[in-house]
Amino acid sequence: MSDPHIQIRNLTMAYGSRVIQQDLDFDINRGDIFVIMGGSGCGKSTLLKHMLGLLQPRQGDILYNNESFVNASPKQQDSMRQRWGITYQSGGLFSAMTLAENVNLPLQLYTSYSDADRADIIAYKLALVGLAGYQEYYPSEISGGMRKRAALARAIALEPEILFFDEPSAGLDPISSCLLDDLIEQLHDSTGATVVMVTHELPSIFGIATNSVYLDASSKTMIAYGDPKQLRDHSDQPVVRQFLARESGSLQEEQV
Amino acid sequence: MSQLPPGFDLLTDDRDSAVLQLTGDWIQGQTHRDFQVLKDELCCLTAPELVVDGSRLGRWDSILMAFLLQSYNQCQEDNIRFTTRNLPDGVNQLLDVATAVPPHAPSAASSPPWYNALSPARLVNELRHHGREALAFLGELSIALWRLALGRANTRFSDFRQFCYQAGPDAFAIISLTSVLVGMILAYLGAVQLQQFGAEIYVADLVVIGMLREMGALMAAIVMAGRTGAAYAAQLGTMQGNEEIDAISTMGVSPMEFLVVPRLLALVVMMPLLTLYANLLGIIGGGIVAGGMGIAPLMFISEGESALGMHHLIVGLIKSVVFGLLIAVAGCRSGINSGRSSAAVGQAATEAVVTAIVYLIVADAAINIICQQLEI
Repeated sequence: MSDPHIQIRNLTMAYGSRVIQQDLDFDINRGDIFVIMGGSGCGKSTLLKHMLGLLQPRQGDILYNNESFVNASPKQQDSMRQRWGITYQSGGLFSAMTLAENVNLPLQLYTSYSDADRADIIAYKLALVGLAGYQEYYPSEISGGMRKRAALARAIALEPEILFFDEPSAGLDPISSCLLDDLIEQLHDSTGATVVMVTHELPSIFGIATNSVYLDASSKTMIAYGDPKQLRDHSDQPVVRQFLARESGSLQEEQV
Repeated sequence: MSQLPPGFDLLTDDRDSAVLQLTGDWIQGQTHRDFQVLKDELCCLTAPELVVDGSRLGRWDSILMAFLLQSYNQCQEDNIRFTTRNLPDGVNQLLDVATAVPPHAPSAASSPPWYNALSPARLVNELRHHGREALAFLGELSIALWRLALGRANTRFSDFRQFCYQAGPDAFAIISLTSVLVGMILAYLGAVQLQQFGAEIYVADLVVIGMLREMGALMAAIVMAGRTGAAYAAQLGTMQGNEEIDAISTMGVSPMEFLVVPRLLALVVMMPLLTLYANLLGIIGGGIVAGGMGIAPLMFISEGESALGMHHLIVGLIKSVVFGLLIAVAGCRSGINSGRSSAAVGQAATEAVVTAIVYLIVADAAINIICQQLEI
C-alpha cells in the first residue's frame, strides 16, 4: 500500500566543502509518522532544513506528491509550503505577539475567513493543543511545554497535509514529552497528515513512529530504513541496534 | 461539485433531547449562520441533552470544528449533555482532542485603568526606580574599575582588543564621511555670513575651532552612539536572553568586569583617536569648500594654523573621553537590564541610542558652560 508522499532522491548535503550526508534515497509514505534519527551531529536537522527549502542540496532532489521541490520556482515552493505545518526546535513563536496573534498570522495571510471566524478558529486550534483560554498570553508567559504546543497550534492553523517537527520533545520533562507525543499521534490519526519528525528520543521513536531512517555520522549516509521496532531487533547494522537499545559500545564512536 | 450553504436546525420536538441538525458544506468561503443564533436558542432549551446530527453534513474544515467547540463549551456551561451521531470520524476525534483539557480561565485580576499611566505618583515612582537602577549600575561599575586598577578584575585583554578594533578601525569609513561633510557644512554656514564683510578668510578659523572644540567630538560621538552603543545593548541583551549572563555570574565572575569593563575601556580609548581623525577630515572638508570660494590652500592652512590653539584641541579631547564613557554606560546598562525576548532586545537597543544621545547633548552643554566660566 505504499503511496509515497515525500521522496528523497540521491540527496547529498554539504556545508561548503564539508559533506554532511550523501546518497540519501528513501520514501516517506502518506500517513506515516516518519522519524529521522541518528546520533548528535549526523545531519538530522540539516536534512530537515533541506526538506523545508531553507538550505539547497549539493546534489539530488526532494519530491512532494511526485513534484520536484528543489527545482520548483520560489513561487511554487511557497505554495507547496502552505500545505505544511512546521514546528521548530525552540518553538519559533514570535515573542512580540500573543498566542492568538501567532496562530492568526497564517490564517490572515492565506485564508479568506472573516475576523470573527478567525477568532473562533484560533480558539479551536488552541483547544486542540490543550491551550484553550490562553489566547492573550505571550510566549514568555507560558512554560516550555506549552510553548511547544502553541507552536504546534500555529503549525496546524492551515490544516496541513505534512507536519514537520524538529526535536519536538527537546527540553521537556518525560510527562510533557509523552503528552506531546500523544497529541501528535491524535492529530495524525484524526487529520491523516503525514508527520516527519527529527528526534533521538527513544520513547517517542518506539511510541509513535511507523517508519524511520537512520543517518550515520561516520559513513555519512543512511544505514537503516524501516519500522524502528523491527530495526531494533533485526537490523544488520550493530550501530543502529545499539542506538535503539540504548547501549554504549566501542562501535558508537562518532567522527565529526 | 456544487456547494451547499452551511446551516443548522435545532429540533426540539423530543422532550429528552434536542437535535442539532447540521447541513451543507462547512468550509472556507461559505457564509454560515452565526454561533450567537444557536446560543440564543440553546438558552431556551429545556431538554437535558443535545444531539449533534451530521447525517446531512457535506464537506467540512476548521470552521465546523470551531462551531462545534463553541457549542460544546456552551452546553457545558448550561449543564446540557452533548452527544453526537453520524458525524465523520475525523470530526469526532478532533472534538475529543479539543475538549480533553478544560479551558483555562484567565485570572480575574483586571488590568489597571488607562489613566493610571498618567498618575504623578506612578511617574515619580518610575523615576525613582530608574534613578536607583542607574546608581546601582554606576556603583557596580566603579567597583569593577577599582578592582581593575588593583589588577584583580576578571577582564580579558583579548576582549578589550577586539572591542577596540570594532569601535576604532571598523568605524573609520562612516566617521570619514560624516566629518568631511560636517566640515563642509560648517564652512558653508560661515561663508555666507562672512562674505558680506569680505572676511571669507576667517572661514578657516571657524572650521578649525568649530571642529576641534565642538563638532569633531560631538559628531563622532553621535555616530558611535548609533553604531557601537546600540551594538553593545543588542549583544548584552541577547546574552541575557541566552542565559549567558547568568552563566557568567554563577561562575563567580562579575558581568561588570567581564562584559562591561572591556567595552567601556575600548570606547573610552578609541573615542579620542576617532575625534582626532574626525577633526583632521573636517578641516579638510572645510578646506575644500574654502578652495571653492577662491581661498588658496596655503592661505587656508596658514590662517587655520593661527587659529589652532592647544586649549581647543584639549577641550575637544576631554569631551570625547566623557562621550565615550556615556555611550558605553548607556549601551551596556540597557543591555544588562534588558528583558529576555527578542522584542526586549530591540527595545534595549533603542533605549541605548536615545539615552546616549540625550546624555551627549546634556554633557556637551555642561562642558561648554564650565569652559565658559573658566574662560578656557
